[in-house]
Amino acid sequence: MAPKYEKAKAIQKENVVVDGIDISGHWNRMFEQRVITEYTPELIEKIADIPNAESFANCYQCAKCVAVCPVDVVGNYGPRKLYRYAQTGMDLTEAPELWLCTTCANCLRVCPKEVNMVKIMPAAREQAILDGKFVPNELQQAFENTAKSGNPLGQPQRKRDAWIKDAGVEIPIMKDLGRKVDVLWYVGSYPSYHPRGIDAASAAARIFTALGIDFAILGKEEKDDADSQRLAGEKGLFEMMTEYNIETFNKYEWDELVVTGPHELNAFKNVYPKYGFERPVVHYTTFLARHLDKLKPMLKHSVNKKITYHDPCYLGRHNGEYEAPRQLLEAIPGVELVEMGRNRENGYCCGGGGGGMWMDSFTAKHTTMRLSEKRAMEAASTGANVLAVACPFEVSRFADAVKSTGNEHVDVLDILELLDRSMRGDQ
Amino acid sequence: MSNDILVITEHMDGKFSDVSFEMVGKARELASALGGQAVAVVIGSGVDANVFASDSTLHIDDAALSGFNPEAYAKIVEALVKEKSPKAVLFGWTVTGMDVAAWLSAKTGAPCAAYAKDIRVDGGGFVVSCQVYGGKLMAEVAPEGDMAVIACLAGSFPVEAGQGSTAATATASPVDAGSLKVKFVEAIKPAGGDVDITAQAKLVSIGRGIGGKENVELAEELAQALGATVSASRPVVDAGWLPRTRQVGKSGLKVKPKLYLMLGISGAPEHLEGMKSAELIIAINTDKKAPIFNVAHYGATADLFEVAEAMLELL
Amino acid sequence: MNIVVAIKHIPSIADDLPVSGKNVDFDSVDFVLNEWDEHSIEQAVLIKEAVGGTVTVVGVDLIGELDNVLHLALAKGADKVVKITADDPAADSHMQAKWLAEAIKGMGANMVFAGVQASNDLDGQIGPMIAAYLDMPYIGGVSSVEANGDSATVNKEFAGGAGAKYSVSMPFVAGVQAAPKPPRYAPVSKVRQMAQTATIETVSPSGDASAGLAFKNMAPPVATGHAEMIEGSSKEVAAKIVELLKSKGLA
Repeated sequence: MAPKYEKAKAIQKENVVVDGIDISGHWNRMFEQRVITEYTPELIEKIADIPNAESFANCYQCAKCVAVCPVDVVGNYGPRKLYRYAQTGMDLTEAPELWLCTTCANCLRVCPKEVNMVKIMPAAREQAILDGKFVPNELQQAFENTAKSGNPLGQPQRKRDAWIKDAGVEIPIMKDLGRKVDVLWYVGSYPSYHPRGIDAASAAARIFTALGIDFAILGKEEKDDADSQRLAGEKGLFEMMTEYNIETFNKYEWDELVVTGPHELNAFKNVYPKYGFERPVVHYTTFLARHLDKLKPMLKHSVNKKITYHDPCYLGRHNGEYEAPRQLLEAIPGVELVEMGRNRENGYCCGGGGGGMWMDSFTAKHTTMRLSEKRAMEAASTGANVLAVACPFEVSRFADAVKSTGNEHVDVLDILELLDRSMRGDQ
Repeated sequence: MSNDILVITEHMDGKFSDVSFEMVGKARELASALGGQAVAVVIGSGVDANVFASDSTLHIDDAALSGFNPEAYAKIVEALVKEKSPKAVLFGWTVTGMDVAAWLSAKTGAPCAAYAKDIRVDGGGFVVSCQVYGGKLMAEVAPEGDMAVIACLAGSFPVEAGQGSTAATATASPVDAGSLKVKFVEAIKPAGGDVDITAQAKLVSIGRGIGGKENVELAEELAQALGATVSASRPVVDAGWLPRTRQVGKSGLKVKPKLYLMLGISGAPEHLEGMKSAELIIAINTDKKAPIFNVAHYGATADLFEVAEAMLELL
Repeated sequence: MNIVVAIKHIPSIADDLPVSGKNVDFDSVDFVLNEWDEHSIEQAVLIKEAVGGTVTVVGVDLIGELDNVLHLALAKGADKVVKITADDPAADSHMQAKWLAEAIKGMGANMVFAGVQASNDLDGQIGPMIAAYLDMPYIGGVSSVEANGDSATVNKEFAGGAGAKYSVSMPFVAGVQAAPKPPRYAPVSKVRQMAQTATIETVSPSGDASAGLAFKNMAPPVATGHAEMIEGSSKEVAAKIVELLKSKGLA
């Protein structure tokens, strides 16, 4: 649909002199009034009619969201713009814009009308998928992998716990243990399979063991939380995984569920209750910060680094945890913690949320640079030589981004890896 | 019951495919070990059948068979088998041979060994080595019974051993072409306009590991920087990410470039058929056990996107 | 139009295939739908969408996990699904083809589709065998099928974009190489809806056939050569490749 509006007609008089001042020609140009009926509300209503996407219609175009939208920084985006595009003929369910939002929630933080893209985008995407509209290939592959293999990487389920043999400590598996544990540690897909994720998972295992935590993992019974797949529009897939996960969690006795990733935290803490699962869930940063008294004396080796910390959207904005990661970093001897301009509530998104993790090539076509690259440059500009992260999506994203932006001197490390280094010394 | 080996040859546009000669060569070896004859079978017209080193060549020369017809081929071979009672019938595991081999096996009750890489005589029978599961496993099987149907992967045996000048005996087709349910209508020529990948000196070839259509561009960029052309393995073409004209392998084209740079291709036997004689093969794959590393000259277990992007910076 | 799609559930080759005795250790592998079958299902559904009719998907349940595959087929547009309960992961192509042919016999199919091949077709593909058992003609390497009345226009692929057009009288069996469109995505909600509402018709294996192959050995191929492996980070690998290409005048 082409935009319906026409340019307003200009009126100008050739010879005009007012109070002795010559304002002939374009100096007196005025425009005819335009009646604001030249756009159609249909395509806005089409979105707002989708259950959970109702708030799309609330937008009154104040544009506070655009100022904080991470995608707008590297492109031309933002909820207000989507609303305007819809007014002028864009069907969001068929537009590339549908796939660019990372559900980082910074717009919702500032929106006076509570236009909630975290709900709108998944609902509109789900509609598009159900209607057989365009879905980026990479994303489709991640969906299929999750459905078939239990993880978006498409790795075999049988190998989910293959990493534990190289962790250097014994990692008990619930099924073999046959008793109640204090902590059920949900490792997550990237920490189980991705080489850089395995580094963090192994570090976590060593830290938990050193702290004498009574923990176990699900091993081959663990499957992806699929929260990002839900946000990318595959709610059915999420529900299938949720049923399996809840059943598996409930099979065993444990007091607290500790997760490596913020997306898992979001799923288990905020979404699973709707499916009848209400149990204590914490992110590892929160959990370890609670054990800081015991952990601190173990951090014997100095890590003489200037570190900047990237707030994961789903740990910070979505779940309000800003302090624990910083407390852990500050507990490491030798660390100088510096902040990036955009931090905490206004932290900049890495681009991995809402399915962005699996749409990098698609996104690249509609943006000037990756969000992770923008963020890596911000990190480098603080003079830090370590970019510390607390989300398994981020290590590989930022490791790529520091390289592609010429900032190889910045090491990307999970807080777990930094704690482990301080505990064991450089290995 | 004879100890003869029938070879069902295949040809297109007046030329026999390499696998035809390869099988005839192998059949000679098998037949002499068994005390039988290697019989080349040529079906169809418009081709010079006097080119094999077979003990004899049978040419079922029928103008009605100028285009490949799977039903006609199947019925002709069935009639021949009845008449000759051979010890084995060799087919190419190719787009034409695949239409008939398993059919003949089910029709006659003779065992079939497909994906054959090697055949040897063992105690009056055969042992066939078959490359199954995408090249991940080799199965050694012995067909039981009086006759074996063996479908051979192209490139398994030397071509030269099958080349010769045995005079063919022309025979009429035992099948009434008018009674066939499958009718050849016309040949479809490759869509013009695209580059001919068989004529390129350098190919950047992408496989399933490329992940999606949107990533093909990266390969295009790398190819451009190298002065190369992008080709692909079958899954990429089947998914519609590149046109059929770019496909390398059994159901695609055979290429012999100076450089064959492979991104995310694991190396199924069907693909290897199309590229193994490239002069320099470099393979990037995340699976360190990918079969392609047994064929490539250089390999790296790495993320293809990272390597491609890093190469682009250096070129 | 009555289209039957015969499918094969096969060991996944995405991972290593462990061997037990002289065959694959079927307990330690994941089973997946043969990738060409995804295309034959898509081709069948495309015809149904074009001219109407029903699509029936039928497969042999080797390990008791075929239901997922059949639900997926329903979500992609199949109307009816049938499983032949065999509970024998080692059932070869001949056995499966015979059971499938017996099951298909009474279905009144105008067209039967099968994937052109499968990676475990050690004793040949099921498509041509089903054709032989049902006494129907077979055409493989098929890249498009259009139904016109009681015959179909079938395109078969040779190599490099070359192919041929055939006219085939129904009923016939086609081995599908690729559907004219990439197989569609089936949202999990649809698959789950099918899992809750659809019925899978179950039949017992009927008929007997065998590959007639005695297994002597099964093992990973002995590598005749191995690539010289370039070690290091992706950047280092890239640098070494570029250097190699430059030294050979290829970059």
